[in-house]
Amino acid sequence: MSNPLLQVRDLRVDFGSQTAVRDVSFELFPGETVALVGESGSGKSTLARAILRLVEPTQGSVEFMGVDLLKSAAAVLRAQRRNLQIVFQDPLASLNPRMTVGDAIGEPLKIFEPQLSSTERRHKITAMLERVGMGAALAGRYPHEFSGGQCQRIGIARAMVLGPKLLICDEAVSSLDVSIQGQIINLLLDLQLDTGMSMLFISHNLAVVRQLSHRVMVMYLGKLVEVAACDSLFAAPLHPYTRALLAAVPQIPPATACVPLSEGSLAGGSIVSGCAFRDRCPYALPLCASADPPLDEIAVGRKVACHRSHEALIPLS
Amino acid sequence: MVPTLSIDELSVSFTHRIGTLEAVDGVSLQIAQGECVGVVGESGSGKTQLFLAAMGLAGDAEVAGSIRFEGNELLGANQQAINRVRGSKLTMIFQDPMTSLTPHLSIGTQLAEVLVCHSGLSWREARDVSLRMLEKVRIPEPRRRLEQYPHELSGGMRQRVMLAMSLLCEPALVIADEPTTALDVTIQAQIIELLRSVRSEAGMSLALISHDLAVVASLADRILVMYAGRIVENAAADELFRQPRHPYTAELLKCVPSLSGARLARLPTLAGQPPQPGEALAACAFAPRCPRAAERCRSESPVLAGAPTSQVACHFPLS
Repeated sequence: MSNPLLQVRDLRVDFGSQTAVRDVSFELFPGETVALVGESGSGKSTLARAILRLVEPTQGSVEFMGVDLLKSAAAVLRAQRRNLQIVFQDPLASLNPRMTVGDAIGEPLKIFEPQLSSTERRHKITAMLERVGMGAALAGRYPHEFSGGQCQRIGIARAMVLGPKLLICDEAVSSLDVSIQGQIINLLLDLQLDTGMSMLFISHNLAVVRQLSHRVMVMYLGKLVEVAACDSLFAAPLHPYTRALLAAVPQIPPATACVPLSEGSLAGGSIVSGCAFRDRCPYALPLCASADPPLDEIAVGRKVACHRSHEALIPLS
Repeated sequence: MVPTLSIDELSVSFTHRIGTLEAVDGVSLQIAQGECVGVVGESGSGKTQLFLAAMGLAGDAEVAGSIRFEGNELLGANQQAINRVRGSKLTMIFQDPMTSLTPHLSIGTQLAEVLVCHSGLSWREARDVSLRMLEKVRIPEPRRRLEQYPHELSGGMRQRVMLAMSLLCEPALVIADEPTTALDVTIQAQIIELLRSVRSEAGMSLALISHDLAVVASLADRILVMYAGRIVENAAADELFRQPRHPYTAELLKCVPSLSGARLARLPTLAGQPPQPGEALAACAFAPRCPRAAERCRSESPVLAGAPTSQVACHFPLS
C-alpha cells in the first residue's frame, strides 16, 4: 500500500476543561473515502477542524503529504491549505451573500494562483461551474438566488477549483432533500474519480455513508470506538455503540422494533476513567467503569475499543 | 363517524412584491379518529404551511377553503372558539423544541400553564398532572425536571417535554412537524417509540409531517405525498411502499439510501429540482422531472382521484 496522504496521531482537542477529541489516530490513503460517524457532540466536526487547524489541537500530530501541519510555520500551512479543502453543512451560510458565485469560486484562485490573468481565471471559474453541473452563465448571480442543492454545488466548486488532494465534507448533504442528496453525492464521487482525491466524509446518516465510503470510523464522545472497512462494519458491527446506531436507523419497510438506546448521562468533560459508553451500553461489565478499553486491532484493518469485542454478544433486539 | 380533521379545498398563499405565492393549492384531506397520517414531501412542498393553516398559525398568509375540526369549522371562526381547541384538543409540536419552549420559564410552569388556561385547574393541581405527564413520556427524574429550564435539558428531553405539553388536555389530534429531524438517530428512535406507545395508550389521531420517508414508514397508517402545494398520492402506508403509483413517490422511494441490498456505484437521483417559490408551474408540477411525462401533463392538471385510501393525481399512474 502507498504512503498515507494524511496521518493523524494522538490528536487531542480541549476546550477549557472539556475534551472534545481524545487521542485520535488514523490514516487516510490517496483516493480513499473514509467516513466519520457519530452523534452530535461526538467531536466529528472538531476533529475535522483540528486537522485544518481551524481549531488548535492541544497535542498530537497531523501529517499531511509528509508535512506536520501542527508544527508548520504559517506560510507552510497556508501553502498546504490548497490541497486540503472543506465543504460545510449549511451551503448558504458558507457563501458570502455579497459575493457573486463566480467571485466566490475565483477567490481561492486569486490567493493561490495570483499569476493568472483575469481571463484565465474566468475560464477556470466557468469550467468549474460547468463541472459541478451549473451553467457558466450563473457566475454573476448571488447565493440567495439559488436553492440549497445549487448552493452546495457552488461550495463544492469553490473547494475543488484548486484541485485539492483531500476534501473534507462536514455533513455536506445533511441539510438537503433526499432527491438532491443523491445528486450531490454522485457529483462528489465523479469528482473523486476524475481527480483521485481522498475524502473525509463526516455524516450522521449511516445509509449515506454505506453508499460511498471505503472505510468507516465510529466516534463516541471524542474517541474512535470502531474502525472498519465499510462492508464489514455494516455486515457485522462489533462495538455495542455501532450496533445501536445501526439498529436505530429507520428502514423502509420498518424493521422489527428494537429497544432504543437510552440517553447518556456521561458528558465529554466528565469522563475520568473507564469506557465513555458504559452508561448506555447493554453489555457493560464492572471492568468498563474502571478501565478505558484501548482501540485494538482485532483483525487486519479492523479496530474496536471494547472490553468484550472478543465475545459473541447477543443481538440487541 | 365525524373525522377528527377534515380539510376541504384549502389554499394558502402569500402576497409578495413579485406576485402571489401559492404554498398550498386546493388540498383536501381527512384524518379519522385514532388514525396516524404521515405527510411527506420535500422542503417547499407546502406540508408545514398546510398544517400551520389548520392550527390558525398561518400568519400573513391568505387562507381559503374549509378546515373542520371534530365537525366544527375553524376557518373564519372567532378567536375564542379557536383558542378553546387550539393547544388543548388540537395541538402541534415542532422540529426545534428549544425555540418552541419559553427560555425564561421553568418546564413545570410552562406545562401547568396549559392546564390552568384550558382546563381551569389550580396551579397546584396542574403541577400534579404535569408531573404525571412527564412520567408518561418517560423523562428520567420528572420531579427535578419541573424546576429546570429548557436550556438545561438535552434536545431529546426537550422534545419529550413538548410532547408531554401537547398531551396534557387529552387532544383529539396531535400534529407533529418533523419532530425527530433535529435529533440524533438514537434519540430519534426513542421519540418514534414514544409516539407509538403514547398513541396506542391515548388513542388520539396523529399527523406526522416529515421529509424522511423512513421515519413516516415506522408510524403512519396512511401516507399523503405532497409536491408543489398539492397532494399527489394518498395511500395506506404498506401499499405506498410496496406499490407506489405516482411517479414522484416511486422516484423518491428509489432515492432513499438503504442499509441493506447492494451498494451502488452511483446513487439513484431525481433529475432537476423541486420548483422554487414563485416559479411558473406546468399543469402537472412534477412534469419537468417526471420520466413518464407526456404532452397531456403540460396542458391538463391531473386531479387526485380514486378510492379514499388509494388516490393518485397523475394521468399516467404506475400500476
